[in-house]
Amino acid sequence: MNSPTGPAPAAPAAPPDPALSSRALARRRRREALVGFAREYARNRAGLLGLGLLLAIGLLAVTAPLFIDQTHLTITGAPGESHEPPSWQFPLGTDNFGRSILDLVIWGARVSLTVGLLATFVSVTLGTLVGVTAGHFGSSGGVGGRIVSTVLMRVTDWFLVLPTLVLAVALAAVLPRGTGTIIIAIGLTVWPPTARLVRAQTLAVEARPFVERARALGGGHAHVMGWHVLPNVMPVVLAQTTLLVATSIIAESTLAFLGMGDPTTISWGGILEAARTAGAISAGIWWYIVPPGLAIAVVALSFTLCGRAVESVINPRLKGQS
Amino acid sequence: MTTTPTEADEPTGAGTTDVPAPAGPTGLGRAAPVATYVLGRLTTAVVSLFAVIVAGFFLFRILPGDPVRAMTEGREVSAEQREELRRQFGLDQPLWQQFLDYAAGLVRLDLGISFQYREPVVDLILERLGPTILLAGTGTVIAALLGLFLGARAGWRPGGRGDRINTAVALFFWSVPTFWLGLLLIVLLASGRGFMPGLFPTGGMVSPSATGPVETALSTARHMVLPVLTMVAVIYAQYLMIMRSSLMDEKGADYLVTARAKGLRDALVRRRHAVPNALLPTVTLIFLNLGQVVSGVILVETVFSWPGLGQLFYSGLRVPDLGLVQGLFVVFAASVILMNLLADLVYPLLDPRVRP
Amino acid sequence: MTSLLDVSDLRVTYSGSAGDVPAVRGVDLALDPGDTLGVAGESGSGKSTVALALLRLLPASAKVTGRILLEGEDVLQMKWGRLRAVRWVGASVVFQGAMHSLNPVKRIGDQIAEPLLIHELVGPARVDARVSELLEQVGLPASRRRDYPHQLSGGQRQRVMIAMALACEPRLIIADEATTALDVMIQAQILALLGRLVRETGIGMLMISHDLSVLAATCDRVAVMYSGRIVEHGPAREVVHEPAHPYASALSAAFPKIGDPGSRLAPRGLPGDPPDPADPPSGCVFRPRCAVAETVCATVDPPLWPVRPDRDGHADRYAACVHVGTGPGSLGHAGAASGSGGMSGPGGASDESGTANTEETSR
Repeated sequence: MNSPTGPAPAAPAAPPDPALSSRALARRRRREALVGFAREYARNRAGLLGLGLLLAIGLLAVTAPLFIDQTHLTITGAPGESHEPPSWQFPLGTDNFGRSILDLVIWGARVSLTVGLLATFVSVTLGTLVGVTAGHFGSSGGVGGRIVSTVLMRVTDWFLVLPTLVLAVALAAVLPRGTGTIIIAIGLTVWPPTARLVRAQTLAVEARPFVERARALGGGHAHVMGWHVLPNVMPVVLAQTTLLVATSIIAESTLAFLGMGDPTTISWGGILEAARTAGAISAGIWWYIVPPGLAIAVVALSFTLCGRAVESVINPRLKGQS
Repeated sequence: MTTTPTEADEPTGAGTTDVPAPAGPTGLGRAAPVATYVLGRLTTAVVSLFAVIVAGFFLFRILPGDPVRAMTEGREVSAEQREELRRQFGLDQPLWQQFLDYAAGLVRLDLGISFQYREPVVDLILERLGPTILLAGTGTVIAALLGLFLGARAGWRPGGRGDRINTAVALFFWSVPTFWLGLLLIVLLASGRGFMPGLFPTGGMVSPSATGPVETALSTARHMVLPVLTMVAVIYAQYLMIMRSSLMDEKGADYLVTARAKGLRDALVRRRHAVPNALLPTVTLIFLNLGQVVSGVILVETVFSWPGLGQLFYSGLRVPDLGLVQGLFVVFAASVILMNLLADLVYPLLDPRVRP
Repeated sequence: MTSLLDVSDLRVTYSGSAGDVPAVRGVDLALDPGDTLGVAGESGSGKSTVALALLRLLPASAKVTGRILLEGEDVLQMKWGRLRAVRWVGASVVFQGAMHSLNPVKRIGDQIAEPLLIHELVGPARVDARVSELLEQVGLPASRRRDYPHQLSGGQRQRVMIAMALACEPRLIIADEATTALDVMIQAQILALLGRLVRETGIGMLMISHDLSVLAATCDRVAVMYSGRIVEHGPAREVVHEPAHPYASALSAAFPKIGDPGSRLAPRGLPGDPPDPADPPSGCVFRPRCAVAETVCATVDPPLWPVRPDRDGHADRYAACVHVGTGPGSLGHAGAASGSGGMSGPGGASDESGTANTEETSR
């Protein structure tokens, strides 16, 4: 990936120290930009809270195999009785097979976070590609370019209007069941807002003088898009990515709840589906239902808080809103 | 007004005639832009609908490879039965023929036969349309009113205490999965276990014991409370956020200073001047996000066993009954496109600037 | 007799994340009924802040101190209810309304009627007639009241703004850059309209513009603002044609005078930018851009001194520059300078600054 600051726009007018190579200078500028970003971000209390929660949950998910015995997560190796209420041994009680719900929820974070992040990656890549292409050829591509741009945006709008869940469920229903399918189903349906946003940002970047200079110096489409536009739309993409992870995690749990998930893995949505199938809802077994949903809500909220914090750092107009 | 001497040094009339057509332009001059506008929107909608039809075919006939195998997986079905099913669904025909049959069927409002119910999909859909419209309509209207009201208050004083509380609550509800909220409400208010009595039914639309129209209506209302509550909780948050940010965009507008200078109270400045302007982008976005309402309906109906299209969709997915799911896919997508068309046609009534 | 408007020591400070920024630093203005006073200055001079401060229309981040007597009553001391009652009835504003000061989604008739109904000056039954009357008064047919702002031209919108400002028959109209966004012909029409209305109704008008020639054509007196202060103040003709303050003369030179062939060759504009209000220069704030600045200007921030005072020290013109004659309690240096000022008059000083200015900009 390219450097976030980009080479041309801030070309140093007078290097402070001639002994420094331009590369070292660029590295230093990047580091300074990063420090500045971190300092601004740290002022946002909600953003810090979200980041802290995410780090804690991520750490739990990664280290889960160290303190959870995987045989206890199988139906046959369940350590407790069916539907035990919370106790010292099982702080969140047990499910209908006698498995510890706390263990299930911690283990479920692994799948939910993985799917959420990968699906976001797919959709952000797709959205950025479509957005940059549509924006670039819309502003500088002649008649053919404008047609490409218009068609891309029409397709985006079509996807934007369509009910995301219906499309994702349909995809998940017809493709072979599995975690990969879920990632594809979510990734292919939640990209349109990213594409719109990136296109708008691309148009704004392309209107700046350094892009014109690059074009006048003979920079081709690929050069302009990859070298000048992409690094400059990256901040917006970053904020959008963070917000999109929340959407993707909710989508993952929803698909799993509708029975589209991989039945062999444990995910938060899957636990809730199992709870419903086992009749825990009408039986009022709240400890089977509250923890997984709360986990989804906390992770989604944390990503949202982080995303809004990043947004407010990038876009000063939003400051003081959160 | 009679011409006063001072009028002489103003080139009278120049100010009033430099814009053509002050009132009553010819019928043709008025009708042509309207027709162009409506035609443009209609074309877009038709192209979108066609794309939905193609997508439906691609998703359910081509992507699964062999739809019959996908549907009968894990069932005891003989090879002859499979062949029979293939013939029944027209899968023995070449692809283009299949597409033409499917498209022609759609034009005749024939969505095929449900594998699971052995009934025309259209009949199943029509049967369940009413409950879905009742639920989705009630939920959307309440959510929109609540979201717009709270959003207008939050956006007027961004950063204030009311705004912070409102935004925090909205963000929380936005982060909560719809279906989980429904499950929680059932456990809390309907299951009758634990510390709360079962105030509301856990699912369904009418209790079987209800007789007569009044009793049926009351029973339906009681069954609706929790599903509607769930839908509202999840949808209102985005309406709030949209309204809030578009009101914040209006806050710096010059015409608000004018309104204040005229001596209007703050509340009137907001209600009469800021909100009508902020509503315009909000309405567009609300219609653009109708897909979310569809998603919400599917989940809420599934959780509360509400006998509507969403639950039908879920039951089709579990089999999987691809014919039924395909039909519902087309119906859901088409309804969202039609609602957006409606929004496009209604929008000029709200905003005089785009009035053709 | 109480003056219509009497502003003394008006100060406005914006507090932001970057600290406090003074926008207006002690302004005095007075206006009698039927009078017209122009306030000139480039953008950032604080002139529009003054206009908005008069009816307390500034955002909450602005701290306003001083005294604003509107018909003897201090606007800054009013309770909210009283303030709302005074707004538009005691004084109304013609905003730079060409584009954005009218609500885009409301019919102009309703917007004109709104203050009438709010202040209950006219019963609902009479409102339509009054709106038609107002529209005709500004030269628009009454039938246009069902139009939306976007259906009108810029000049027509400005007429609507004026009709709206007249609705409650205020004693004072504040015209804030009322003709700025308009082309020259329409500008002339609007100015003539405003002038006629002032003459016919006897209301006072405070007209704010960056265009000194507009003010010269409309106003009896003119005040020139620079960096939050009035630097020259006096009869319009004198201030425009023989400015005493170097800034006023630069501003005057920036607009060609019709019928003056010399003005075509005259330099326009001024070197440099207005000072950063958060960090003004020491002494006279105009010093860094002034062609006739002297060493003393770095230490002395001159108050408004009378220009060509009579024997009692009274004058109808005042300017805040060390080159202008002596004021009571003037400084030693200024006293020395007054020798020549008394002889050749400030006109000489301004001529001098004019030529110096020429050299400065032609470089």
